[in-house]
Amino acid sequence: MKQFLSFVKKEFYHIRRDKRTLFILLGMPVMQILIFGFALTNEVKNAKIAVLDNSKDASTLALSSQLEASRYFDIAQELHSQADIEKAFRAGKIKLVVVFPQQFDQDLSHFNKSQIQLIADASDPNVATTLTNYATAVIMDYQNRITNERKLPYTIKTEYRMLYNPQLKGAYTFVPGVMAMVLMLVCTLMTAITIVREKETGTMEVMLVSPVRPLKIIVAKAVPYLLLSIINITSILLLSVFVLDVPIRGSLALLVFESILFTITSLALGLLISSATNSQQTAMFISLTGLFLPTVMLSGFMFPIENMPLPLRVISNVVPAKWYYHIASSVMIKGLGLAAVWKETLILTGMTVFLLAVAIRKFKIRLA
Amino acid sequence: MSAIIANNLVKTYGKKKDVMTALHGISFNVEKGELFGIIGPDGAGKTSLFRILTTLLLPDGGNATVNGYDVVKDYRAIRQQVGYMPGRFSLYQDLTVAENLEFFATIFNTSIAEHYDLVRDIYVQIEPFKDRRAGKLSGGMKQKLALCCALIHEPSVLFLDEPTTGVDAVSRKEFWEMLRGLKERGITILVSTPYMDEASLCDRVALIQNGGIMSINSPEGIIASFQKPLFAARTSRMLNMQQDLLQLEGVEECYLCGEYSHVVVKPALDAAQLDSYLRNKGHEAVEVKPVAPNIEDCFMDLMKN
Amino acid sequence: MTNNRIITANQLTKIFGGFKAVDSISFDVHEGEIFGFLGANGAGKTTAMRMLCGLSMPSSGSATVAGFDVYKEPEKIKRSIGYMSQKFSLYEDLTIKENIRFYAGIYGKSDAFIKDKTAKLLQQLHLGSEANKLVRSLPLGWKQKLAFSVAIFHEPRIVFLDEPTGGVDPVTRREFWNMIYEAAASGITVFVTTHYMDEAEYCNRVSIMVDGKIEALDTPSALKRSLHAASMDEVFLKLARKAVRSGD
Repeated sequence: MKQFLSFVKKEFYHIRRDKRTLFILLGMPVMQILIFGFALTNEVKNAKIAVLDNSKDASTLALSSQLEASRYFDIAQELHSQADIEKAFRAGKIKLVVVFPQQFDQDLSHFNKSQIQLIADASDPNVATTLTNYATAVIMDYQNRITNERKLPYTIKTEYRMLYNPQLKGAYTFVPGVMAMVLMLVCTLMTAITIVREKETGTMEVMLVSPVRPLKIIVAKAVPYLLLSIINITSILLLSVFVLDVPIRGSLALLVFESILFTITSLALGLLISSATNSQQTAMFISLTGLFLPTVMLSGFMFPIENMPLPLRVISNVVPAKWYYHIASSVMIKGLGLAAVWKETLILTGMTVFLLAVAIRKFKIRLA
Repeated sequence: MSAIIANNLVKTYGKKKDVMTALHGISFNVEKGELFGIIGPDGAGKTSLFRILTTLLLPDGGNATVNGYDVVKDYRAIRQQVGYMPGRFSLYQDLTVAENLEFFATIFNTSIAEHYDLVRDIYVQIEPFKDRRAGKLSGGMKQKLALCCALIHEPSVLFLDEPTTGVDAVSRKEFWEMLRGLKERGITILVSTPYMDEASLCDRVALIQNGGIMSINSPEGIIASFQKPLFAARTSRMLNMQQDLLQLEGVEECYLCGEYSHVVVKPALDAAQLDSYLRNKGHEAVEVKPVAPNIEDCFMDLMKN
Repeated sequence: MTNNRIITANQLTKIFGGFKAVDSISFDVHEGEIFGFLGANGAGKTTAMRMLCGLSMPSSGSATVAGFDVYKEPEKIKRSIGYMSQKFSLYEDLTIKENIRFYAGIYGKSDAFIKDKTAKLLQQLHLGSEANKLVRSLPLGWKQKLAFSVAIFHEPRIVFLDEPTGGVDPVTRREFWNMIYEAAASGITVFVTTHYMDEAEYCNRVSIMVDGKIEALDTPSALKRSLHAASMDEVFLKLARKAVRSGD
């Protein structure tokens, strides 16, 4: 154990003393999240919305003026029929339509509940989600107010419809995408490089001619990067929740568990690369072209996989990032639980076990 | 039992078409407590040999044992008992002197204190720099630190692959003094070097060239086996002198050696004959005298065969 | 050897931070001379050599190489010198011919000159039949000899050799020195560093650096006489043992 700890300590010295790399490793996820976040999020102040009021009663008018009064919305149009909705969106100015059903007020006073439909143009998914979130907040605020005034438990149910992009592809999905990229980069690239560096400087030679078991060398290499990855996951999640207002809808514990699983997959890949190469350059090249590109291209993060030609769709199945990305976006954005992602989790676990087994088998106890 | 036994070791690199043979069947024994030198130029196969004996490479033929353990089968046992200093500086440049030493102590399941006695004489020389990063040390200091790290677990056999290459004459001398000290403590040492003059500091040496051993003997024995008459000659024009001497019947070799040229001749020639030959050729300040061969003379003589 | 001074250094100094790597050295090298530049690791040899090659600006002092000022005319200096070191010399993945062409091309030599001289060179080195082989496939000794020939291919006035014979077998080492003698006889000044003390004896004059200063400079025989030493090895040990500093 002491042997192992001193190994880990040594790895930390390496990381700490290479300030530039450390800065990149910790700064990169922050930069990526911020760049993606602000590049994709439009200003939602005074967004033009339309109202289709099928009831025209006191409550709907009060709600409409409440929406108008908030700094987010600007009611640009009154609609008169269901058919107008499509037209309003086509005209291109309207981002969100609020639909009040008939007898809104009556339903509310007789049954204590009523509902409102929010229809958003999800071709710009970021804006769409932001707007529906804001609108919901305004409606909730109204509901709470009348509940307090009249001392009756009112509920107004909001129902969403996302037009043009129902699954919100490309929306907050960059957050799990960036997580996949960062984990891949930190774990795969850095483990591969640090091991190969020891081969280049000859320290691996000395290490091999010592009683240390190769497995220990491997695990000790992995631990610091596992920790770095956890720091990165934390900073990404904090940033997305508090700076970009991207909520974590599902279970945080599940998300962290899946992320650690994917970290281990990436570490295993890094180890495999390191045992197949002898120079830092080759290791970097393989990591970037062989892993980083597929992660970006074939994980579904940048480009929807459903739209790809069959061969690419098939290939995408062996990209671990695809599975992780699917899991992370399901948990984080759709708020799904393990029941919905157990299959993907199983596949990712299978890949990890396989890669680790190969990596450990392939790790050379001799040179060349 | 010998500490190291190499038996007909063969090592080749490359595939079918482009095969490079690094070792052509090398055999030798190193006795316990011996300081044994492998002397030869770069590319002679020294590093391949060291890597096989330290269990880092598999031989393509032959076998070898270290402390009685087979280098292929019992690699784990060997790794417990040997110390190894590879040819290039192979410590962590970004760790300090103390951190390096501590790290290597723990990977061998020991501590600096446990065997401090063994490394003390060497460590005190680098101790003033113990908080300096290893990458910032001079060549001689790096080499001392590497030796400390290789010794920290008190190995019974020490493998030093070209420890003095690229190191200045002063540090080289100090390094060899340290090796003598370690030998006194009963450690078996196998050391390789391209500097022929270092042969005289070993108990026995193997002269190696192109993957084969040309001779194994004590330094004195190797010198004694040089049978031909050898003279040192110099004149005011050294380059011309060499060309002139090579034209003389009975002169086999003539090459530079320090301020003189060494002249290898057939037994028929003597110093007086060489002297008058050179004077007749118009050389001035002629000096010819018999000289004892050194290891380089022997090495070059063996290279011809 | 003439008495033309081809290298002059006057209180040449290089300071890194607070560290005097080269501490006010002054010396001359004569045209056609073989000048041995010795010193322990970290004594400042490499730094001094870099300044003379125009690769590094001195902190103070002055120096000229081939008549050009190291401060003002480093480009002209580079055109007048050849350089070879043990570590970097030839491209392993280019053939012998390609290497020669490449280096000659750098110095802007004409095609006719290159072609003519390449043929001569290959013949001299007995490499005619291997001209199209990769340098990688050559034995070390051949590489070093080829690298030297390439370094003087463009007929520089001075050639700087940084430990050119490290690790080379004794026969090739002698052949190498014979090439150095021939180059010197043809008028090229040779500035050489080495760790082999017998090679110090082959130089016309030798300087020995200790702790950034030139501690001694003379012919090998004069140095041995003045220090009552039997060999250059002893001279070196007597001088270099005085060194106090140990870091590079």
